[in-house]
Amino acid sequence: MERIYMDNAATTRVTEPVMAAMQPYFCEVFGNPMSIHGFGREARKAVENARRQVADALKADPSEIYFTGCGTESDNWAVRGTAYAQIRKGKHLITSAIEHHAIIHTCAQLEKEGFEVTYLPVDEFGVVDLVALEKAIRPDTTLISIMSANNEVGTIQPIEEIGRIAKAHNVLFHTDAVQAIGSVEFDVKKMNIDMLSMSGHKFHAPKGVGALYIRKGVRPQRLIHGGEQERGQRAGTENVASIIGLGKAIEIATANIPRHNAEVSAVRDRLIDRILREIPYTRLNGHRTQRLPGNCNISFEFIEGESMLLGLDLKGIAASTGSACASGSLDPSHVLLAMGLPHEIAHGSLRLSLCEENTLEQADKVVDALIEVVNRLRSLSPLYDDFIAAQKANKA
Amino acid sequence: MNYTEQVMDHFMNPRNVGEIENASGVGTVGNAKCGDIMKIYIKVKDNIIEDVKFKTFGCGAAIATSSKATEMVKGMTIDEALTVTNKMVAEALGGLPPVKIHCSVLAEEALRAAIQDYKDKLARGENPDEVPSVEPEEIQYV
Ligand code: FES
Repeated sequence: MERIYMDNAATTRVTEPVMAAMQPYFCEVFGNPMSIHGFGREARKAVENARRQVADALKADPSEIYFTGCGTESDNWAVRGTAYAQIRKGKHLITSAIEHHAIIHTCAQLEKEGFEVTYLPVDEFGVVDLVALEKAIRPDTTLISIMSANNEVGTIQPIEEIGRIAKAHNVLFHTDAVQAIGSVEFDVKKMNIDMLSMSGHKFHAPKGVGALYIRKGVRPQRLIHGGEQERGQRAGTENVASIIGLGKAIEIATANIPRHNAEVSAVRDRLIDRILREIPYTRLNGHRTQRLPGNCNISFEFIEGESMLLGLDLKGIAASTGSACASGSLDPSHVLLAMGLPHEIAHGSLRLSLCEENTLEQADKVVDALIEVVNRLRSLSPLYDDFIAAQKANKA
Repeated sequence: MNYTEQVMDHFMNPRNVGEIENASGVGTVGNAKCGDIMKIYIKVKDNIIEDVKFKTFGCGAAIATSSKATEMVKGMTIDEALTVTNKMVAEALGGLPPVKIHCSVLAEEALRAAIQDYKDKLARGENPDEVPSVEPEEIQYV
């Protein structure tokens, strides 16, 4: 059975050029970049090259890039580190209701520690309310943290405008760009971004490596204490091979973003158009155009997401859902609920997330499989029966 | 997802899917935790569950447990069927992930609700097979 992977928002595969770039840094170039000798210097040189690759992708200076263990660590560092570093200015933070748990749960913990957090609402398409943002800013606000693009519905936020508002009010601005790298063009200076989080495995680098851009002059408190790595700001021996992988991967991912977006969104649009046209009682979640090129999130009425995932999985197709039944916590997706979607619609949501390796043929196969899965599950659903019965009664 | 082979089998090939016309009893319950809905129909003859069918709006475990529960009680007397617990259904499926135990509770409750409906009809002196079951205005969430 040919397997089709459409869960690239969860993680991506390490591509061959990235793997090739990393290869020498296991057995041959194994020195500790902190060592003064030749072995160490080789490793140091490679790490600094990767730092420059990341900086170039963001139009930042290499001295503003810090490698971390993952996107979650970067988020924790930016939010918690800034909250404590600026405690004399105030204890109020602003974020949005649709952030990743790495932000939301960090903020919730800070609330327990005596900070105040405003969670900005979003509209039905998942766009953060900028009027609410302006209103929420207070003299004691120290940080605005808004994601660049949402992981579930793919909505791209008006980052430049948020940066402008933050700057006008003299508040620091952090963005979780974990989903956006490779799809959104970043120019951190022009966009007034003070801090930006990324995670390697979302763009074909390995898992277990991330980075945080911190604009010169901004100084969040450090999270991890120990050695003098990362200019004393993030202790712990560098994950050299993975850092090299991240550098190579971001170079490839940002080499030609317009072309990448055009190609990937063609496959996405095939998915969206065919599903909405060929499967009744479906709706697209998120914004139609202000959307990541690789994100397709659709709700199927009368059925539940986990059972859809299982059905697709048995056909070799990997997807994801915002359904309560699949969440472990049995809570439906906070993102879909914040967008005002009723529980039943969140329940039947399915996310297909693409990378540039997915093809139109795959999209067609997935839609064909989906039609079968949805029909079967609807034939099991009491809600569908009731709906059809009610429809017949209406006609009669 | 760590479902057993039995769960996957019942998910893919559910037994006893459907509705029963002129059912002796119908039970509809919802899952208070995740909002899923299960509906079980029974046909009782001489105190024996002659036929049983279900419809489920829910996760893989909910579909599999409703399928398994209907399979287990088919041919049982009413009293025997009432001894079937969610634990027995889960065990018969080779176990469920802890977070999915509540789905099997739904199967047990839907079955009990169907039997209760049947008993209520009898208590009212009605012929269960002739008097249609009244659909609850509001789904009972368990
Ligand atoms: S019915 Fe929702 S988790 Fe099983």
